[in-house]
Amino acid sequence: MENTHKLTKKDFVVDGPVKWCAGCGGFSILSAVQNALPEINVPIEDIVFVSGIGCSSRFPYYIETYGFHGLHGRAAALASGMKSANPKLSVWQITGDGDAMAIGGNHFIHLIRRNIDINVLLFNNKIYGLTKGQYSPTTPKGSVTKTSPHGTIENPFNPGELTMGAQGTFFARVIDKEPKVMKEVFIEAHKHKGTSIVEILQNCVIFNNDVHEQVTGKEVKDDRTIYLEHGKQMIFGKERNKGLVLNKGYNLEVVTIGENGITEDDLLVHNAYDPNPNLHYMLGRMTYPDFPVAVGVIRSVKDTTYEVMLEEQVEHEKANSKIKNMTDLLNSGNVHVIE
Amino acid sequence: MSKNGKVIEREDVVVKFAGDSGDGMQLTGNQFSDASASLGNDLSTFPDFPSEIRAPQGTVAGVSGFQVRIGHKDVETPGDLADVLVALNPAALKSNLKWVKPGATIIIDIDNFDNKHYKKAGYVDDPLGDDSLQGYNLIKAPITGLSRATVRELNLGIDNKTADKTRNQFVMGLLFWLFNRDIEDGKEFILNKFGKKPHLAEANIAVLYGGYNYAETIEALSTTFQINPVKNRKGKFRQITGNVATAWGLIAGAEKAGKELFLGSYPITPATEILQELSNRKDLGVKTFQAEDEIAGVMTAIGASFTGKLAATSTSGPGLALKSEALGLAGITELPLVVVNVQRGGPSTGLPTKPEQSDLMQALYGRNGESPIPVIAASTPGNCFHYAFEASRLAIEHMTPIILLTDGYLANGTELWKLPDMNEMPEIKTPLVKDNDPDYQPYRRDPEKLNRFWAVPGQKGLRHRIGGLEKSDIYGEVSHDPYNHEKMVNLRQEKVDRIANYIPEQTVYGNKEGGELLVVGWGGTYGALHSAVKEMRENGSDISLAQFNYIYPLPKNTGEIFSKYKKIVVCEINNGQFSTYLRSQLPDYKYEQYNKIQGLPFYIAELKNKFQEILEDK
Ligand code: SF4
Repeated sequence: MENTHKLTKKDFVVDGPVKWCAGCGGFSILSAVQNALPEINVPIEDIVFVSGIGCSSRFPYYIETYGFHGLHGRAAALASGMKSANPKLSVWQITGDGDAMAIGGNHFIHLIRRNIDINVLLFNNKIYGLTKGQYSPTTPKGSVTKTSPHGTIENPFNPGELTMGAQGTFFARVIDKEPKVMKEVFIEAHKHKGTSIVEILQNCVIFNNDVHEQVTGKEVKDDRTIYLEHGKQMIFGKERNKGLVLNKGYNLEVVTIGENGITEDDLLVHNAYDPNPNLHYMLGRMTYPDFPVAVGVIRSVKDTTYEVMLEEQVEHEKANSKIKNMTDLLNSGNVHVIE
Repeated sequence: MSKNGKVIEREDVVVKFAGDSGDGMQLTGNQFSDASASLGNDLSTFPDFPSEIRAPQGTVAGVSGFQVRIGHKDVETPGDLADVLVALNPAALKSNLKWVKPGATIIIDIDNFDNKHYKKAGYVDDPLGDDSLQGYNLIKAPITGLSRATVRELNLGIDNKTADKTRNQFVMGLLFWLFNRDIEDGKEFILNKFGKKPHLAEANIAVLYGGYNYAETIEALSTTFQINPVKNRKGKFRQITGNVATAWGLIAGAEKAGKELFLGSYPITPATEILQELSNRKDLGVKTFQAEDEIAGVMTAIGASFTGKLAATSTSGPGLALKSEALGLAGITELPLVVVNVQRGGPSTGLPTKPEQSDLMQALYGRNGESPIPVIAASTPGNCFHYAFEASRLAIEHMTPIILLTDGYLANGTELWKLPDMNEMPEIKTPLVKDNDPDYQPYRRDPEKLNRFWAVPGQKGLRHRIGGLEKSDIYGEVSHDPYNHEKMVNLRQEKVDRIANYIPEQTVYGNKEGGELLVVGWGGTYGALHSAVKEMRENGSDISLAQFNYIYPLPKNTGEIFSKYKKIVVCEINNGQFSTYLRSQLPDYKYEQYNKIQGLPFYIAELKNKFQEILEDK
């Protein structure tokens, strides 16, 4: 019998084993999700985890909620159906870079465009793990993988760029090694009404070990990432002496406080709520070595959501139509009564 | 209304309207059909439009047609050949002359029969100048000129281009005369249609009378037709297309299951009207999701089904191909899902606006793995309602995806359909689970039907996870166990096979005790097959018909029926898919075939010829 006790992490832990490789970044993400869920104030039976295919997409089997392990690339469509059909549910989509950016690219952009209130956790390990090491749409150009023995000749996708391009209302980036930030950002994603895309820089120990390390490694992280917080200055670096400004060419530029007359007041202040996506787009696409990689909530703006508008239309029609049931419909319009 | 000419009483008449796709032929046809229905005639219609919305004006490719057959007795098909052809331009005449009976009345708009139009239509010689139209009752009516003149006289400031849109009312006026109708009935239709635009209503009514008066004055139409109302027919009727009937059948299914209806779909000819109709039924709680592609169409529906809605997706052949992986998912997760496939000519893009029955094999077998999905088919525009309801019932009660096959012929054709009484339709029993049921397991089954149960998110104490990986029996955990896999494959098969216990037995029209020849058909060929068999029986032939609606599983008495006839001929609008299927299911019988693959329905005459041949070849 299920009672209404206050939920804790334990409620979300499944009995069975979690079958990712030892050391996989998935474990810490799972743990952060299990830590976040008790704090979102949603009854456990109203939470659904939906996924596609890939290592990350086994996630629904590892969390004690309703779950649906779908088809490769199609999780966004599956989740869209659930949320449109029952807006009360808290729907979480788990996906990977192959699942969401390659085979599911179309569904990914259309989900975002419709702004359906689904929280998408995109495990980006820049490789195909489950099929054992082929390059993915986010693999850096030139990478040698099993299917690119001479280096890839494709430009990678940046999930942030795609999100902004598809009129996304929420985009955040987190690192699998930072449980606290992940938990906070997952809660933010839940609170946001509309599609929330959270890109998680996830490590695949087996096929792409340390792919994010040159940016997220302990020694370099402070200098090579920037943690964006709404209302705060865009400042980073071990010495907290570097920041971002818009230069005369309307491009972002890394500056050093104290050099060339730059003071802290000259730095950009992060406005995640700005409806204009231009700066968010630039922030989202920053890559090492020219820029620090942005983490935290980059964009979070209010807009109408698909499922709420659909529900409103249904309610409006129900209230205003003379047709209340099938019999009314059958008898509506051009009926010939023959006696 | 006084008439001096000869009135011929007829059992039925076939009228074909043909013009440019912008000429409003569908509207004219519908108006004429509706007027006939309100007079108590039975009818069947079939529109015939080009796949390009606006193919070049005046060309054969741009001809749009609408055929209607009205009758004093049951009308089962729109008819093989027309008794009356209305051709608004030379291209319409050229492309339709081969579908007209000898001696038919042909009404042309003489104002469009000039060298410019001949050239566009591809006529080398003036068709009015040679003897190609001899043997027909040709009426050269100045439809465009008289319509414009009538409108001009009203001084309403209507230009010629708008005036030309009234031409179909001129045609209507002519036909009202030709069929001895009360012209006042035609007026009412116009008032309803143009109620909000009084000057257009006035112009159209004036042209309607213009056509009528014209017909009265010319000698050529001195012979008119009278089609008496159908006798002993009572009740409420409406004209309905197969697509609208399908949409409504799904709503009825949802109502009887106490569920909301959700349709995930992507526009595709000739299935789009199902999505359109349902998107307009939010008043009945219907939610439609116009997806980004066919795959998302079915996936959103599967998602909705998981949350406890009656979920459906509508498509046509190429779309069904795209959905096949998802149908496997619906099959292994054992969720209810109605897939409506409105068949069209294939393969690939094929003949988008033409009917064919060539998706049967795809529906039966077009998936990876052992993936049985029941298949049923509708056989008239009106009974698309019944079979969409049946599909909903079987999907929910047996927890399975199901494919309903209709075709472009049923989808766009209409019949005069007797309204069902919702009180007489059965309840659909949803296999629900109570909150906190301690015995619930995701893959625990009903011992009789073998369906699993429908626990949905939001329900307390029933949390579970499903997906496309093989599941363990009862508990539904991911399982790679070899014996479990075999067991689950067999259980899913057995569940579908047992549906045979929950569908009606196959019926036979004709000699139920057996006889010389059994005609076997399925789905949308019913009208033509039944008419052909009926006419031959009336002439003393020993011939019967079994038209199948339940395809997979087959009704349990199918073999017993087949055993009673000396010969069986399976007739299909494809290359023999149902006969191949029957040979695999019931190999003890010999099946002859009659197949047609021209993007056209069967004609009664060709069927009768074939059946006669088989009967004589003893
Ligand atoms: S292959 Fe990589 S991504 Fe997949 S489970 Fe193993 S470590 Fe994780």
